[in-house]
Amino acid sequence: MSIIKVNNLSKSFGGVKAVSHINMAIDGGEIIGIIGPNGAGKTTFFNLLTGIYSPTSGEVIYNLDKEVSSKSFKPHKMTGYGVARTFQNIRLFKNMSIIDNVLLGYHNNMSYGLLSSLFRLPSFYKNETKAYDEALKLLEIFNLLDKKDELASNLPYGEQRKVEIARALAAKPKLLLLDEPAAGMNPNETKELTTLINWIKDEFKLTIILIEHDMSLVMGICSKVFVFDYGTLIASGTPNEVQNNEQVIKAYLGGE
Amino acid sequence: MHLGKLFLNASLNFDWGDKMEQLIQQFVNGVSLGSIYALIALGYTMVYGIIKLINFAHGDIYMIGAYIGFALTTFLHVGFFPALIISMLLCALLGVLIEKVAYKPVRNSTRIAALITAISVSLFLEYGMMYFVKAETRTFPELLPNKQISILNTNAVLDIKNLYIIFVTISLMLILQYIIYKTKVGKSMRAVSLDRDAAQLMGIDMNKTISYTFAIGSALAGAAGVLVGTYYNSINPLMGVVPGLKAFVAAVIGGIGIIPGAVLGGFFLGMTETMVSAFGGSLYKDAVAFAVLILVLLAKPNGLLGRNIKEKV
Amino acid sequence: MKLFNKKNILSFLAVLIIYAIAGFFINTGFIDSYIFLNIVLIGINIILAVSLNLITGFTGQFSLGHAAFMSIGAYTAGILTAKLDQPFWIGIAGAALFASFAGIIIGIPTLRLKGDYLAIATLGFAEIVKIIGLNTEYIGGATGLNDIPRYTTWTWLYFCVVATVLFISNFVKSYKGRACIAIGEDEIAAEAMGVNTTYYKVLAFTLGAFFAGIAGALYANYFYFLKPDSFGFMKSIDILVIVVFGGMGSIKGSIAGAILLSVISLFLQGIPELRMVVYSLILFLIMVYRPQGIMGKSDFKFFKKRGVVNVYHQSK
Repeated sequence: MSIIKVNNLSKSFGGVKAVSHINMAIDGGEIIGIIGPNGAGKTTFFNLLTGIYSPTSGEVIYNLDKEVSSKSFKPHKMTGYGVARTFQNIRLFKNMSIIDNVLLGYHNNMSYGLLSSLFRLPSFYKNETKAYDEALKLLEIFNLLDKKDELASNLPYGEQRKVEIARALAAKPKLLLLDEPAAGMNPNETKELTTLINWIKDEFKLTIILIEHDMSLVMGICSKVFVFDYGTLIASGTPNEVQNNEQVIKAYLGGE
Repeated sequence: MHLGKLFLNASLNFDWGDKMEQLIQQFVNGVSLGSIYALIALGYTMVYGIIKLINFAHGDIYMIGAYIGFALTTFLHVGFFPALIISMLLCALLGVLIEKVAYKPVRNSTRIAALITAISVSLFLEYGMMYFVKAETRTFPELLPNKQISILNTNAVLDIKNLYIIFVTISLMLILQYIIYKTKVGKSMRAVSLDRDAAQLMGIDMNKTISYTFAIGSALAGAAGVLVGTYYNSINPLMGVVPGLKAFVAAVIGGIGIIPGAVLGGFFLGMTETMVSAFGGSLYKDAVAFAVLILVLLAKPNGLLGRNIKEKV
Repeated sequence: MKLFNKKNILSFLAVLIIYAIAGFFINTGFIDSYIFLNIVLIGINIILAVSLNLITGFTGQFSLGHAAFMSIGAYTAGILTAKLDQPFWIGIAGAALFASFAGIIIGIPTLRLKGDYLAIATLGFAEIVKIIGLNTEYIGGATGLNDIPRYTTWTWLYFCVVATVLFISNFVKSYKGRACIAIGEDEIAAEAMGVNTTYYKVLAFTLGAFFAGIAGALYANYFYFLKPDSFGFMKSIDILVIVVFGGMGSIKGSIAGAILLSVISLFLQGIPELRMVVYSLILFLIMVYRPQGIMGKSDFKFFKKRGVVNVYHQSK
């Protein structure tokens, strides 16, 4: 039983078809790679998966906790459906501390009311303490514990990417969408990240979909790869299959 | 006139002739008031387009324009058109000076800091003026022939002053149109408002462009000040506050940063206000203006002519 | 995290001690009525600034209409205590409720408007409230509402200020407050983390208005007399200036800003003709030399960060 089904999904902006007629079915527990040249519609596809855009036609159906269709997607409801994401251009809360950034990920898992937050009733302490302890554990995994009180904007680029992943994990997703997690990292950092992504997949029992240009990362950890070009899906399969696909080579290198 | 017919149909039980006259009269008044709003709104919108600053001091430049006109005509006995032009020039200078002294240091600050700076300049001009010329209202000399023409043989009259206001406004708008679309300065202004960084990379002198924008915007406000002075005959140091705010509202209604939007918003607001007054709501005319603003924004969050730009994710 | 830690107990004691000492000086007449008047003004300004800080500083919703919430609170309290002979606590409660209702109404445009457009819409809302006030006979129209009983005492003032500061500090340190701050920082990221931005923006306006309404009630029942003009555009600006001067998103800053600016304007009363001119120059100098405010964002971090906290942070 696949946990994500994408049926004939299209999105146009004015006359431009950013994504057209995508079909896919993804099984749980895998790491899926999405690759393709710039402007191929990969990020638009992510935005369709997370309710930031609504499809022009077609639909996305998740079967994570329960079945939901893209008709009821709203950006703020996605974590509730078990979907969390990171952004291509890192969207941390720059003037908040690292720990506060991660704590924000627990937003949907907090359960105390306005009165508790104003009067600091026992449920405030119970929830906040629990979230705080969990956040510390997450930061430990990402080796960021000693920087928990730094402002997000003061961290180097690679660490900001990690905080963003930690924040997404705090939302306790079943599906994690990573938009170019290795962008701007050096080969060493990328290698470390590759191991880390593999590890968190098992540790948190996740399905991960990632957009990435770094082929070593994609080939290293993805069990299946989808290739986008001009908004359409031109190939899919194991990394090896895709690598030898003629259409893919053409899309990347140009030619006839 | 289309609007007029609409109102008439709604008020069938009124005396037709009487209502018709009143409508024509209010239409003329609405166009005059709209001209003034449009002139001030243009300056707001141009400055906003270039440096994304709500220049709250703009209404006060209009007030100073009126005082310059007053001083020229009362003490130096200058005629209407020379007074208008000198006042425009001096206001242009003042605008450039304000930008250099006050706004340039906060150009890279937050927008709230820049906004409060603009408010501080506004207060400085208002109360500085009040200190020098005292708070009392001054009477403008009669500069224009006080003649009234009856429209279409009805009792509705067209004051010659209305014609002057409309004539001056339209001429200034045509000149502005020329500057913006046909000259190099205009081209750099448009470039900067579209993309400041790219414009600078293309060799456009940022400081010069900003100065020109302030000069032109302030000159238009100065012209509006002289026009209002001659039309209503009375001026005071706080006269710029309410029209300034209204003109800003007009600019936002039209879509702030968009030049035709300011003109459209100005006339739209002027007409709305006079019509509300004409139909017995004069006490609420300002409230209606702001209500219209909120309604327009709710329907079109970037103003009537504004385009809705979604943030890219 | 515990309720009874050393810091909280010490703060609690400090609050009581300040109350007792100041109360003693006021009762013995050491603090005369003129100084007390200024203390009242400072207290009201603290409430206004802290509550606006929640809306503009923390949640990043640029409001130029905070005085309207205050005026709704002031008139509600005025009507309840002067016309309907209700006790002060009902006046305050009514003021807070009506003002927060207005907060919900003005919060709704925020769902569609951002930045300068939101600012001008809130300004418009405040002007509409003022004009309705000017034209309503029942509350005295332009001549104003008279004979409001003077119920605002040191005790009422002090505990209203303490309650405002305490509740808003508690709020911003809860997950709800963090959600508001996140909206101010990056709305899209906040949404992606599950924050219902619509709800939290309206909540920020509602809470902010609630406390502004209380400030209005304290004002009405101290000065006997209300008129709509006192709550115009300039009053909203005055509150915003305190917030920016103190530091956007800093509660301590808002308190310090309210005190400092009130003291400054007190001194300026010595030169009535030039008062506003000097005030405008001071405002200008602050914005040029300390645009991040006296406290910066010190509620979050104690070390100073160069650069400015941009409320309008517009990422590309």
